[in-house]
Amino acid sequence: MSFHHTKEQNSESLWSILLTFLKVGAFTFGGGYAILPVIQQEVVERKKWVSQKEFADILIVTQGLPGQLALNSAIQIGIRLRGIPGGLIGALGVTAPSVIILLSIAAYFYPLLRDNDYVQAIFYGLRPAVVALIAAAAVKMGRDILKGWIGIILCVALLVLAIITQIHPILVLLVGGTAGLVVCRGRCW
Amino acid sequence: MAAILLSLYWSFLKVGLFTIGGGYAMIPLMEAEVITVHGWLSASEFLDIIAVAEMTPGPISINAATFIGYIMGGLAGSLIATLGVITPSLVLLLLLSRILIKIIQNPGAQNFINGLRSALVALILLASFTLGQTAIIDIPTTLIFAALLIASLLRQVSPLYFIAAGAIFGLLLFPY
Repeated sequence: MSFHHTKEQNSESLWSILLTFLKVGAFTFGGGYAILPVIQQEVVERKKWVSQKEFADILIVTQGLPGQLALNSAIQIGIRLRGIPGGLIGALGVTAPSVIILLSIAAYFYPLLRDNDYVQAIFYGLRPAVVALIAAAAVKMGRDILKGWIGIILCVALLVLAIITQIHPILVLLVGGTAGLVVCRGRCW
Repeated sequence: MAAILLSLYWSFLKVGLFTIGGGYAMIPLMEAEVITVHGWLSASEFLDIIAVAEMTPGPISINAATFIGYIMGGLAGSLIATLGVITPSLVLLLLLSRILIKIIQNPGAQNFINGLRSALVALILLASFTLGQTAIIDIPTTLIFAALLIASLLRQVSPLYFIAAGAIFGLLLFPY
């Protein structure tokens, strides 16, 4: 089968791209980094749509460009299989389950359950749990990214800037990026 | 209605465009747009929606965009907000992927992305403080926060377990 890799790629139907990413979107919990291994299993190991190396290249672009990790990977895999229509179908597949599930919760279950005592109790415990997840994400990301002194100083300086000036996070990101570009020249990280 | 749809689209477009690296990178941006800039939700409503977005399948920010969009603008609002958050990925990858792949491999672009990620660490940390003020309000919530933060730093565990633990502790410790 693998001898006809290119042929297979070109003949892959939009329908099967849609079904694959619908499955990824509908059955993968935990977002971002939880979804990537599932996509890898589907498209590299099961379907053999892309090689391990191609998938690694896709991940570099996925993480370097704006957007959701699962969405960016789905679009790129779709493009590789069937060009722009494939990319659009990949995006549709990975997004549609979220929209359907969250719409039904927001429109039906949430108003119905919101005032229930037990649901109140659950959210009372969920809120600090979510804050712990967010704080842990910051610490883990810091451990991965802030390896040199310049990175650490930059991070602390931007934290102070954000607290004092209360400027929009987009501006903080742009200041950080520009500082990285100007100060570093390939020596910081 | 048209005005709210337009600002939903624009807000979530900004969230999508400046979320680099996925996952929780979107939290500070969505918090700023939804709570600070527009006042669409309170901090605790926002946290509730992030919790629901985390416990349902699919990407968290798409889930959150659909939910927040529905609250602000019904069915149209949810579709518009979701379209907003995925527009940057669609445009950049469908139309500009070849140029962008060359650009992000450039050392200068790498330094820009690394500087941006340093800023992201600061912003996510700050978001956990500001959101924490509405979530960590008494001894039980402090314990839940501390226990889960320590656990997540010690071991690589799926966020789903944290959500389950938060829900169970909430049921047990809530001052009914």
